[in-house]
Amino acid sequence: MKKSVFLGALTVAGIAAGGVFAGTLDDVKARGKLNCGVTTGVAGFAVPDANGEWDGFDVGVCRAVAAAVFGDPTAVEFVPTTGKTRFTALASGEIDMLARNTTWTFSRDVDLKFDFVGVNYYDGQGFMVPTALGVTSAKELDGATVCIQTGTTTELNLADFFRANGISYEPVPIETNAEGQQQYLAGACDTYTTDASGLAATRATFESPDDHVLLPEIISKEPLGPLVRHGDNEWGDIVRWSLNALISAEELGVTSANIGEMSAGTNNPEINRLLGTEGNLGEMLGLSADWAKNAIAAGGNYAELFERNIGENTPIGLSRGLNAQWTDGGLLYSPPFR
Amino acid sequence: MTTLTDPPKESFRLSMLIYDTRYRSMTIQVVALIGFLIAIGWLISNTANNLAELGKEPSFGFLWEPAGYDINQRLLDYNSQSPHIRAAVIGLMNTLVVAVLGCITATVLGVTIGVLRLSKNWIIARLMTIYVESFRNVPVLLWIVFAMAIITETLPQPKDFRGEDAIATMKLGDSVAITNRGVYIPEPLFSSGIGDVSVFNDAFEVSLDLMAILALLGASLVISGLIKKRADQIQAATGVRPTTWYARLGVIVIPMAILLYVLGFHLGYPELKGFNFTGGTHLRNSLIALWLALSLYTAAFIAEIVRAGILAISKGQTEAASALGLRPSRTMNLVILPQALRVIIPPLISNYLNLTKNSSLAIAVGYMDLTGTLMGITLNQTGRELETVLLGMLVYLTISLSISMVMNWYNNSVKLRER
Ligand SMILES: N[C@@H](CCC(=O)N[C@@H](CS)C(=O)NCC(=O)O)C(=O)O
Repeated sequence: MKKSVFLGALTVAGIAAGGVFAGTLDDVKARGKLNCGVTTGVAGFAVPDANGEWDGFDVGVCRAVAAAVFGDPTAVEFVPTTGKTRFTALASGEIDMLARNTTWTFSRDVDLKFDFVGVNYYDGQGFMVPTALGVTSAKELDGATVCIQTGTTTELNLADFFRANGISYEPVPIETNAEGQQQYLAGACDTYTTDASGLAATRATFESPDDHVLLPEIISKEPLGPLVRHGDNEWGDIVRWSLNALISAEELGVTSANIGEMSAGTNNPEINRLLGTEGNLGEMLGLSADWAKNAIAAGGNYAELFERNIGENTPIGLSRGLNAQWTDGGLLYSPPFR
Repeated sequence: MTTLTDPPKESFRLSMLIYDTRYRSMTIQVVALIGFLIAIGWLISNTANNLAELGKEPSFGFLWEPAGYDINQRLLDYNSQSPHIRAAVIGLMNTLVVAVLGCITATVLGVTIGVLRLSKNWIIARLMTIYVESFRNVPVLLWIVFAMAIITETLPQPKDFRGEDAIATMKLGDSVAITNRGVYIPEPLFSSGIGDVSVFNDAFEVSLDLMAILALLGASLVISGLIKKRADQIQAATGVRPTTWYARLGVIVIPMAILLYVLGFHLGYPELKGFNFTGGTHLRNSLIALWLALSLYTAAFIAEIVRAGILAISKGQTEAASALGLRPSRTMNLVILPQALRVIIPPLISNYLNLTKNSSLAIAVGYMDLTGTLMGITLNQTGRELETVLLGMLVYLTISLSISMVMNWYNNSVKLRER
């Protein structure tokens, strides 16, 4: 009895002792792979395929970072997290970064002590209803039963939206997207609300997607992006600039198809700096010179990732919208590589 | 010639702490205690250091910030602007509701099944065995999820009740609606009620109608008790027991009927309006699933305890009682059960505690209990893991200790008094 108490205490202490984080890069290198937190499954963003290989738009960010660090996009251990477990997983060091449809908010950045390194999808919260319900606006949802994932910005926006419009609703709290989908399809709730991209992705997996519509109202700003723990700026820089490399690559016309050719040297100095044929950006990050080349080669540039996973030619069918390059009237704008 | 010498005066040497059996066990315990305290102290200081390094000083101030989220089942006033502490109280109430409902149902079911398992009827006894074995041997979480899945997937949706050729209809003279979102039953209403008072600086509203009813019920029960006492005295003095059931029933029923009439008591029926049924009391699918699963599961254990308790009373007791001329029902009530209770109650306590703690599995079906509010959404939105979990553990500990205390007190009152 006394022995088990001791052992228990030691384990807890061991966990507590691991609580100080710096040198995440060294840890990742020593481990030989990146621990990346993703969703438990949202089509197009992060889902394991039939062979258990994770794929998706958020997964692409994880793979790019792994490629930047190791030159190997498969050196990733994907850790599925729910809306509720994701922050504890990151804060406790179980994962090195989180790429999971997570909204950049003030309190998560400041109070929860995380650093958002950028935005990989500009989104907003929407509502999905069965077409048969005959609802055309979210303001007509007075008295409706609403499925929401707990531990999200979604549930807070929802409370604000209904209160501001003076209408009432019955929340049905759920843990994962899969559970929300099941409850919604069983009619245990009238409407399912989450990020519009997530709704589109969820609807795409339905047997008859056309029987469901997204209501026109977008009730919030949801800038979704990868995040790391606050306090390890070197590691934050690596994740931030891996994402920027994907965005810049699109802007500069670097694709997975022409990257081999381009890394032989071009007459655009920024491309040369990005791909490591000029300057020493990689060295500054503590990585190899071809770090960004590897990150881009892993799954292609931002546009390629977008079109392959969630773009208009996929069942999810999202248009670029706000997520177009700034040169095309969108919000994507990577700081320069110099 | 003195051959006898005094035994050498024993002086205390340090090595005796280890080699002398008189001291050794004490030494070991002291060392273990010191080690244990050092480990605890190190743990606490380590945690505090790490939290400080992460910039998260432990503090409970967040409990008074607005929670920001809504809760579906609320026994007290609550909205998204209420503070986190209030959300925690709402969660606590929900925990208590399902724990109380679960304990009552599990006891009734468990006692029935336990007795029936001893039945001489082969089929009934076997059926009860199957029940006990199947519920006991599948984890309760699966039963909870299973119950929820059955409810949401097989029961009709509210919209199925709509229209001319509705697929589903309300039951019991249109007073009860059974849907996959839960069951709607009539609610008691008072048309000329005396309203509510707020207590503790408006923290809670207490219904005066309910208070009046409870007070009257209490008074009636006391009077009914007095009538029984008098009947006992008469029986002791004369050997004849006066018939009192109509008087005892009357003092309870008649004043209550008058009070309900004065308060304008009537039932509010559920009605399909818009997306959902409104009016009536809504027993949510999550509550029903959790309640059912916890009761059925715990009942299997209680049944075994009851069976063991009854089997523990020797057959001689039954034979002696019938030799004295007691009827079988009286033998059960006056001889067997009071003795069996002594065996039954201690393990029963731990089953009540288990049920209460298992209710934290509520999270699996989205029932907003203490784990769902304080240790769930509040934890997640504020990032205060340490504080919320500590607080939650403290509350569960308090609930469990209270249950133990009450049950131990009851146990003492039925236990064998040695004279
Ligand atoms: N952006 C919101 C909501 C994020 C969220 O939970 N989205 C859902 C639907 S897109 C999701 O990713 N679910 C994945 C899962 O259940 O694992 C937040 O950061 O709080």
